[in-house]
Amino acid sequence: MQRIILLLLLFQFSLFAQAQDINVLVQKVKDKINLVNDYEANGRMKTNVVFLKVPVATVKLFFKKPNRLRIKNEKGISFVPKGAVNINMSNVLSSGKYSVLDAGNDKVGSRAVKVVKLLPEDDNADVVLSTLYIDPVNQVILKTKTTTRDNGTYELEMSYGKYIAYGLPDKITFSFNTKDYKMPKGVTFDFEDGSQKKTAAEKEKLKNQKGKMEIFINGYIINKGIADGVFN
Amino acid sequence: MWNLLQIELFKIFKKPRTYLAFAIIAAFIFLIQLGLLVNGKDWMKFMLGSLDETMNIDYSKLVNGYAVCFFVLNLLLVHVPILVALVAGDVVSGEASMGTLRLLAAKPVSRTQIILAKYLATAVYVFALLLWIAVISLVISIAVFGENDLVVAKTNGLQLIEANDVLWRYFFAFGFAFIAMMVVAAISLLLSVMSENSIGPIVATVGIIIVCTLISEMEIPIYQKYIKPYLFTTYMLGWKGFFYIGSTEDGETIKGSIQYLPGIIKSMAALMVYIVALVSAAVFIFRKKDILS
Repeated sequence: MQRIILLLLLFQFSLFAQAQDINVLVQKVKDKINLVNDYEANGRMKTNVVFLKVPVATVKLFFKKPNRLRIKNEKGISFVPKGAVNINMSNVLSSGKYSVLDAGNDKVGSRAVKVVKLLPEDDNADVVLSTLYIDPVNQVILKTKTTTRDNGTYELEMSYGKYIAYGLPDKITFSFNTKDYKMPKGVTFDFEDGSQKKTAAEKEKLKNQKGKMEIFINGYIINKGIADGVFN
Repeated sequence: MWNLLQIELFKIFKKPRTYLAFAIIAAFIFLIQLGLLVNGKDWMKFMLGSLDETMNIDYSKLVNGYAVCFFVLNLLLVHVPILVALVAGDVVSGEASMGTLRLLAAKPVSRTQIILAKYLATAVYVFALLLWIAVISLVISIAVFGENDLVVAKTNGLQLIEANDVLWRYFFAFGFAFIAMMVVAAISLLLSVMSENSIGPIVATVGIIIVCTLISEMEIPIYQKYIKPYLFTTYMLGWKGFFYIGSTEDGETIKGSIQYLPGIIKSMAALMVYIVALVSAAVFIFRKKDILS
């Protein structure tokens, strides 16, 4: 009987220790991200949405604590997904009002990661669940999945280079839900160029697909101050 | 032939109705520009439809000179044929009703030359009209709204053309529009040859354009399959093809490309066939015509 109690106590202790470990890891990631008060970054943005044809855009990213982010095309026009504000991990972690759950281990590419689930404490929050895939060695987030109440699920993948010490990625891939796009022909007066028309099945397949936005960042200017007017 | 062309140009450009078309176009474009200056963002929101729910869009950049010109051409090029018919429908029948056609036919020039000179003079008028549209809708719009990327809305998607890849498309689009308007001029000329007064050919040309456009746009299978391919109105929207940009599998636009050039060439060829056939018919009928007026 004493042995069983001892085993149970040991198991409970290991669970507690594991929870402590994951909280420590999340805190370390958060501390790294908190080193950045603001940044300005130059990059190239590639958008892949089934109903959009757009060129690769040269963009500037501006971030300021706690959660202000702007992606700006200096020269031309860009379509930026609404949930793109979540590409900054500070937005996900800064509130601190969430429960951290250890969801085990996994792999992102060839790297072993810890899987962490963040459950917001606010029942009315737009984010229902965030899953983080954390590289425990470099203490950076490699991937996230965010489920929202109204805007579907976002996925984010990040790869790091020079700015890993600040938890800032060199490449960001942001996947998001897209809604169907349709305009009445009477409005657009399309020129029928003779190209092969899509069948109904093909058109149906194109509906509600995932869109993807990739940002390749050339360099960051960190903690040099950014005027509030940039975010207007 | 040159003298004959000069005379025909003099006749066209001395009539007040010729300048009416220029005034109508200027007023129309000015109203559109004013409207877009005040409510351009709302119009863009309407054009982009549900995209606003998924994407953050800088609407102030979307309403630019290129976009305004594209909007003007979409609305205007459907109506310019009426203004072309106003002049082209009068070139022969106008003289018949005034009684000068017999004098003209009595001159030591062939009837073929007379018709060709009239058609060429109409071409100069059409060219001047399109140049006028280009100056007002493109040059003035750029001056007022500035330059930026052009967003083109299609039934099943949107495409963005970079600002430095747009201007050449307008040159070709206006060139195509010129050929399309020359088909209208050829129809009017043919009807004008067959008529003794100006109203008939003008109204008949407008009627033909309305009926053919309606049939072209109706999604009724029997019309789509058996009639639409033979209507000139089917090919008149070919100018838009210059604004359909090519792209990679990932949807990345290819600068300087056209999505489906063969479609544009086919449309242009079809319109040229119409011009040759209609002008030949006009020449043939005029040569056989008993000029009694």
